[in-house]
Amino acid sequence: MLSRTADHLYWMARYIERTENVARVLDVTYNMSLLPSDSSNEEELWDTVLEIAGIRDIYDKTYKELNAANVIKHLVMDSSNPSSIYSSLRSARENARAVRVAMTTETWENMNTLWLEFGQYIKQDLTQTGLSEFCEWVKSRSHLFRGVCFGTMLRDEAFSFVRLGTFMERADNTARLLDVKYEFLIPMQEANDGAVDYYEWSAVLRSVSAFQAYQKVYRDAIEPMKVSELLILREDMPRSLHACYAEIMPILRQVAGSRQTEAERLAGQMHAKLHYGRMLDIVKDGVHHFLDEFILANRKLGEEIQRNFLSATA
Amino acid sequence: MTQSAKQFFDEMQGYGGNVRAIYQAYNRWLSDVPTQQLAAKRAEAEVLFRRVGITFNVYGEEDGAERLIPFDVIPRMISASEWAHLAKGAVQRVRALNMFLHDIYHDQEIIKAGIVPNSILSNSQYRPEMVGVNVPNQVYAHVAGIDLVRTSESQFYVLEDNLRTPSGVSYMLEDRKMMMRLFPDLFKKYPIAPVEHYPHVLLNNLRSVAQTGVTDPTVVLLSPGAYNSAYFEHAFLAQQMGIELVEGQDLFVRNNAVYMRTTQGPQRVDVIYRRIDDDFLDPLVFKPDSLLGVPGLLSVYRNGGVTLANAVGTGVADDKATYVYVPEMIKFYLGESPILQNVPTYQLSKEDDLAYVLDHLPELVVKEVQGSGGYGMLVGPTASKQEIEEFRLRIVSKPSNYIAQPTLALSTCPTLVDQGIAPRHVDLRPFVLSGKTVSVVPGGLSRVALKEGSLVVNSSQGGGTKDTWVLERDDVSVETMQSQMAAQQANQEAVIC
Repeated sequence: MLSRTADHLYWMARYIERTENVARVLDVTYNMSLLPSDSSNEEELWDTVLEIAGIRDIYDKTYKELNAANVIKHLVMDSSNPSSIYSSLRSARENARAVRVAMTTETWENMNTLWLEFGQYIKQDLTQTGLSEFCEWVKSRSHLFRGVCFGTMLRDEAFSFVRLGTFMERADNTARLLDVKYEFLIPMQEANDGAVDYYEWSAVLRSVSAFQAYQKVYRDAIEPMKVSELLILREDMPRSLHACYAEIMPILRQVAGSRQTEAERLAGQMHAKLHYGRMLDIVKDGVHHFLDEFILANRKLGEEIQRNFLSATA
Repeated sequence: MTQSAKQFFDEMQGYGGNVRAIYQAYNRWLSDVPTQQLAAKRAEAEVLFRRVGITFNVYGEEDGAERLIPFDVIPRMISASEWAHLAKGAVQRVRALNMFLHDIYHDQEIIKAGIVPNSILSNSQYRPEMVGVNVPNQVYAHVAGIDLVRTSESQFYVLEDNLRTPSGVSYMLEDRKMMMRLFPDLFKKYPIAPVEHYPHVLLNNLRSVAQTGVTDPTVVLLSPGAYNSAYFEHAFLAQQMGIELVEGQDLFVRNNAVYMRTTQGPQRVDVIYRRIDDDFLDPLVFKPDSLLGVPGLLSVYRNGGVTLANAVGTGVADDKATYVYVPEMIKFYLGESPILQNVPTYQLSKEDDLAYVLDHLPELVVKEVQGSGGYGMLVGPTASKQEIEEFRLRIVSKPSNYIAQPTLALSTCPTLVDQGIAPRHVDLRPFVLSGKTVSVVPGGLSRVALKEGSLVVNSSQGGGTKDTWVLERDDVSVETMQSQMAAQQANQEAVIC
């Protein structure tokens, strides 16, 4: 298929996934902020949200004060913030519109409805009320998007690139979330004589729909190492890094056909690391170190996908 | 019938006497169908067209609104014998025009013979870049739209030739599909020549003009993109032919070849059915600020690395200033006498013609030489005094920019309008396809001027379309029609009750 068509489909899916993850983090953070705590803590809490989205710089240019209302505004409707839900949804729809003829009617109509309904939400002041409802709506719309693709699209290259976009973005988002929270929570734990903040860690799990999964798998108190294992190495945990690469690998092999691509090699390398890796070894070098390397490698893979498939010039 | 029906030849009523033979069976049927039922069918068609997204962008309108081209449910019929004549004439014309294009970019025999003046070489549509370039099969206009009008039972005229990127064929195909859906019973009775094979013929022709040595050519359709007024047609044809619909950014040039960027890497492109004007094709040669084209495309084309359909530089042959020479071209290149006639045309670059035209503006139609789509023209009989005087000034300031023609008594065809069924003026654009052979699919785009008395059928000026029925034989038995219709009618009534 045309590279441009594949590119639009891939980015449409990435932007939808990004929107969902921003909403997840916002929702959980907002709920955390309702718990009793001192105000300095709350500022740090919202700071982690900016760190996860990687937009601290842009935020500081626009806002003087770090508080819930500003962060929500910035992440939901600020059109100058490329990672805001507004910007991501607009980009998703623009990409969809450019290749309307390449997708099923249902997929297009779903994208279009998503954008029209979003127009209703941004008329409300979400910093006051309705943030949770809004985040729920984003999540369910994202579920619907994946469902309509899965349920209506021919299993051809178009479908492959949509799926590829979803898992590339999800891998990045999960790694960022875990990395930032880890950095934030471990020093607190040390300061508190090793006491684990139950609420903080369960919030991390909830933001990737992994709270129930954790209890099922470990039947144990929440421990940072186990949370990390669940979100990095468990293949059966759908938002884990391993699960994402278990999807990415076969897709890249399929779209490459008989060609040998750098993208497939990089993905295979990372997949092996996640498939055969042990938490013990990861901890030895530091979880933060591992995640930083992962985020860079994932970005590198994104660049190779772009080069090998989406802008084929060579 | 209104008075105009007597002034003008009507496709169904002739001059108001008996219903013409090929329409008699249809007329019987039509007189049994209540007008509201026809209006309901038209409404159904509109809903369906809108759902498919068959819309047309109108340039120069503030909101740039997407509009539906009005569709009329009453067909325009052409008898088998009429069609045989028209098709033969259109094919003859396109053969001569292709030969003219080859000649004008090579030996220029027609100029040497004194038939076409040397001044044609300074026409803005003449592309010096094409001199000496050899195109496969010497085909330049792979797709040609020949606009025909009728003024009496036996008189058809060629109004103009469209040899650049003629559009409208999607309406020929979609209108037919719609009519078959709305009135399947009529198709059982009438021997209507099918048109659905058009994309198939087009694709075969495009494949046949790949450079020699290419066994399985890759054909693509190059579109300016989703904001172009004819984008629907581009997407439609690409889909019907099963070829990629590409934009300029999808193509690139390397080692004297054109490639498209695909997920499987660069793929060589052999034939480009382009729906972009010459000016935008290659920013290195034509408009440097064009983002629609492909840098370097023309150089590959000139070296025979890719085929463009239509060829570059066809505009010099369909220019209104060249039009007057087409009958002579047919004699010169084919040694035949023209089957189809030109409208008598005054060339305002000639002093005598200019003087006559300025004296008779209220009777004439004046057209800009390079205008298209009904923009920049004066229709004398319907223009106000002020409009005529304004146009006079434009003519005097640059006479060579204009031609003039007598106002033609365009034939009318019964059409469903607000007041019921009334005669409206129509024209016809059959599409002539050239590859290894030259052929024309039996049908075309019938455009209808929906405003009472209007002679301008362009969609940008409020024109609509009709399905065109070319009959395979002319002996449509009214009796069979009648008896079957009666049965049908009984059935229908049963359903309606």
